[in-house]
Amino acid sequence: MNSPILWMRDIGKDFSGVKALDGVSLEVERGQVHAICGENGAGKSTLMKVLSGVYPHGSYQGVIEFEGEEVSFRTINDSEAVGIVIIHQELALSPYLSIAENIFLGNENATRGVIDWNKTNKEAAGLLARVDLDENPATKVLELGVGKQQLVEIAKALSKRVKLLILDEPTAALNDEDSAHLLDLTEHLRGQGITSIIISHKLKEIRRIADTVTVIRDGKTIETIDMHGTDATEARIIRSMVGRDLNSMFPPRDPKIGDEVLRVENWTVYHPVDTSRRVVDNASFTVNAGEVVGFAGLMGAGRTELAMSIFGRTYGTNISGSVYKNGREISVRTVDEAIRNGIAYATEDRKKYGLNLIGDITVNVSAAALAKLTKYGVIDRNREYKVAETYRTKMNIKAPSVSSIAGELSGGNQQKVALSKWIFAGPDVLILDEPTRGIDVGAKYEIYGIINELAASGKAIILISSELPELLGICDRIYAISGGRITGEVTRADASQEALMHYMTAGKD
Amino acid sequence: MSTTTPAKRKLPKLAISFRQYGILAALVVIVVLFQVLTQGRLLLPGNVNNLIQQNAYVLILAIGMVTVIIGGHIDLSAGSVVAMVGAVAAIATNVWSLPWWAAVILALVVGALVGAWQGFWVAFVGIPAFIVTLAGMLIFRGLTLVLLTGGTISGLPAEFTAIGAGWLPGFLGTLAGHDALTLAIGLLASAALVVQQLRTSATLRRLDLPRESRIQLWLKNGIAVVAIMALAWLLSGYSGTPIILIILAMLILLYTFVLGRTVFGRHVYAMGGNLFAAIMSGVKTKWVNFFIFVNMGVLAGLAGVVSTARAGGAVASAGQNYELDAIAAVFIGGASVQGGVGTVVGAVIGGLVMGVLNMGLSILSVDAAWQMAIKGLVLLLAVAFDILNKRRGGR
Repeated sequence: MNSPILWMRDIGKDFSGVKALDGVSLEVERGQVHAICGENGAGKSTLMKVLSGVYPHGSYQGVIEFEGEEVSFRTINDSEAVGIVIIHQELALSPYLSIAENIFLGNENATRGVIDWNKTNKEAAGLLARVDLDENPATKVLELGVGKQQLVEIAKALSKRVKLLILDEPTAALNDEDSAHLLDLTEHLRGQGITSIIISHKLKEIRRIADTVTVIRDGKTIETIDMHGTDATEARIIRSMVGRDLNSMFPPRDPKIGDEVLRVENWTVYHPVDTSRRVVDNASFTVNAGEVVGFAGLMGAGRTELAMSIFGRTYGTNISGSVYKNGREISVRTVDEAIRNGIAYATEDRKKYGLNLIGDITVNVSAAALAKLTKYGVIDRNREYKVAETYRTKMNIKAPSVSSIAGELSGGNQQKVALSKWIFAGPDVLILDEPTRGIDVGAKYEIYGIINELAASGKAIILISSELPELLGICDRIYAISGGRITGEVTRADASQEALMHYMTAGKD
Repeated sequence: MSTTTPAKRKLPKLAISFRQYGILAALVVIVVLFQVLTQGRLLLPGNVNNLIQQNAYVLILAIGMVTVIIGGHIDLSAGSVVAMVGAVAAIATNVWSLPWWAAVILALVVGALVGAWQGFWVAFVGIPAFIVTLAGMLIFRGLTLVLLTGGTISGLPAEFTAIGAGWLPGFLGTLAGHDALTLAIGLLASAALVVQQLRTSATLRRLDLPRESRIQLWLKNGIAVVAIMALAWLLSGYSGTPIILIILAMLILLYTFVLGRTVFGRHVYAMGGNLFAAIMSGVKTKWVNFFIFVNMGVLAGLAGVVSTARAGGAVASAGQNYELDAIAAVFIGGASVQGGVGTVVGAVIGGLVMGVLNMGLSILSVDAAWQMAIKGLVLLLAVAFDILNKRRGGR
């Protein structure tokens, strides 16, 4: 191997006295896929922002060498000019522009400000072929799924003659199929000599594609592992990430299952725009007190749509079917009605649907159950504060106070705030949609513990998750959904990844 | 992560209130500046009195507008509504010979109906408030012209004009040439403020909630009492307590309570902060939107009564640009363009900043054209300062 393409030495960065990075070093070999692992808040994203010039030279300590030369980027443009491109977790495409327009946004094929569309579309088509995306370059980005949008981002990076591609949680929002495609693509690019840095929580993916892994914890480099070595195991990475042995990914569970709490019969939902499309097709299921029931399905199978249509018809049109609670039929036509009937839904998209990000922890915790703190329309703010403080302690929300702004918390802590909100609402049925998406291993474990506690207190829990090990680890019973239909039901004892995947891919034309 | 000690918990609370104190400090600076520039004429009793009576309409509109803006909307129709309601009130007293109080009630009802009309389109049809109220601006200006058929109605009853241009009767007599009632109201208000603050502080201590230190508390109370008594002293040396000041004070208290302590207020903030999250938390967002506009309509109606009373008659051109003054006041007062942020007190202070500028520049005989340009610059700088401040605060 020749000299490393990137060498970051003793990088330090602090935010008003708080050290986010404390002497991190990172050495990336040319032509490798280099993974960076670490819990949320470990400093991975900060490190990448230092590298890409989001934090300009001078605002951090340490030295960055790229291709053997010391570099000092002042803006993202500086880093892109030498061939470093970062693709963020939240994609940055303009939805109403075409694929081609997005690829060349800011970098147009133009003479004196006039764009050469033929050249643009032709080059875009070439780039799309390189990322194996079979779409017309004139297609508007909003018509693409997240997986394809990600490929457009990579095509955009390729158009900038990328040498070092940084992917920040690239598969967090992708289903298994799209994830696999993306990983294949990364390997393919490695073959073309493009070096990648991939930040990921998914150790399976890292095992699959990474040549080297650097683990960061508390703003420090813990170790760099050669993944081709014999001792490169997931357990070792986890140990480095959390600084302790994680004997089990899941807390022990001792279910005490009671009577039926929720029963849904013949639930059918149509797409809100394409009203002839059935998104949920005649679904029937039950959940008992103290039971954790999982819903497995590939992306687009209709799990979230099923949950949201039950929760106050927040999704879909022309909804039919019945919902029974404790044997009695209930109406769930509005969110308010659903909440009053003891149903809660913690969304998969915390930032968009879950939290008031500019509000503090207090107003978020009380948001779904203000009535409990209210007399004649007046809020008892002192009690509200006490409630929020109780949840901050109980749920181990890491924030200096309940007056901390929700948007400034880490993903795991935001999720705990969202859960607190619904637990405070006191539901009998709690629907959790991807409750551990995008949060680190330690916080995941805590959330599993919370789910267990809730079930132990007699709540009926519905868990929607894309991670099969998670479903297998904490559910008592799992339904599989495919194409809007419930295609299978397995108990904890019979469940295996293979069995679930069989049902999840069933009935697809 | 570290666990938190009770001492640490006090910090964020103070950091939040700093923003409001920042606006207050700006007001003080502007007052002192013009006091010097006008060689003491700005704070002459008559000018202070006029400051209140002339700017009452902006302050009333700003209170409604801050609610609209926190909810994530805007209202461009307020000025036209002021004119139309003024016309209705003047017609009620002078053409239909209704008693003054019936005219006031009618005006508020008309304001509420206008608000319900606009609220319907915004909340239930889903048309952006910018469009609905832009249409409203034209519709209600047009209706005003229809109502007044191009003419003016003047010679309104004295009871009616007193709302905007009158004072409380000084039935307690005078004290060294100063109105005793005004001084008594000042003392009463000071006492009420101190008692209320001490009670809040005691409750917070009892429940072990974060609170200001004793020194901060007394410093704050001391400054407030001095300010209230200075105002009372100045006003008592002129014609006494303007009736509109009492109305304003009640509105400020009422709306601070509504926005800060009631479910309605919390829902307004929640919707402005994240509309989707509010919907998913069971907030009946359509109805909240509807009532935001009904409320704005009622306050625009009240502002119409006040400005018509102050002017002593209704003209079709009344209320021109009032909505812009109110919007400016709200943003100077620290509200966010995206919604979810803002306070009544901030909006009122923002309105006073604009009012003091107006008055100071007028005393200095600055040309009206330049006054407008200067006010525009102040708005721009105030918001720029706020944004830069926030950027520095948040990493």
